Amino acid sequence: MLTCKDATRLMSQKMDGKLTPMNRLALGFHLLICRGCRNFDAQIRFIRKAVKHVAGGADATEADRQER
Amino acid sequence: MKDLSSDRLRKDLLRFAILQLRDHQLAEDVVQDTLLAAFTASSGFEQRSSAKTWIFGILKNKIIDTMRDRWNKGRIDLPEAIGNESEFDALFQENNHWQLSERPSEWANPEQTLANQQFWQVLEICMTQLPEATARVFTMREMMGFETGEICKELGISASNCWVILHRARMTLRLCLEHRWFENEGKAC
Repeated sequence: MLTCKDATRLMSQKMDGKLTPMNRLALGFHLLICRGCRNFDAQIRFIRKAVKHVAGGADATEADRQER
Repeated sequence: MKDLSSDRLRKDLLRFAILQLRDHQLAEDVVQDTLLAAFTASSGFEQRSSAKTWIFGILKNKIIDTMRDRWNKGRIDLPEAIGNESEFDALFQENNHWQLSERPSEWANPEQTLANQQFWQVLEICMTQLPEATARVFTMREMMGFETGEICKELGISASNCWVILHRARMTLRLCLEHRWFENEGKAC
């Protein structure tokens, strides 16, 4: 069975490319039973979103809204 | 174009450049170059939001050129980038499942958090604390949107190194945000 440590590695890798079908299956199963790792997954997605905001995306949206 | 002289735009560009280049003076120079280039070619960009995207595009290219230059001249410590994840061993038990005390909990109110100015300061502090090579790879991926293949090629590192570096960056940022922000903001569970 996949460990949490390996699962974090796969969750990160999934954000940068495709997992092999085997890894995808193993991760999917692990996430079903592990709340900590589900939270980890949500957290690294949140970090991506937040960092994208810093990169100017949020300001552009804000500017759009102000113009309307 | 009126936006080019806007102080807010300059600040946004500067903040972005500093996070990637980690050198205030260098970032100032790159932003100056960017505004100059944008000003020279500004006719036809009247719409504020698309102009902004366009100027950030110019800035990104200039940052990449600067990074490439610095990387080529060996001013970035590559061995630091090729580490492993052992620094995170303490988060896990011997069987490599989470320590009870370290098991990630739900971060409360993500949307509200993104609207909080103080959170942005914390995020910037956390990003600035990443080791330089790690930050470089991470910002190329997450701020500039490069594919990992492109990053490997650009920086001359292997795909697996690239993944390890990105993973460490996320682990580090996650812990930093947890300690500096979410622990105090209260948890959802």
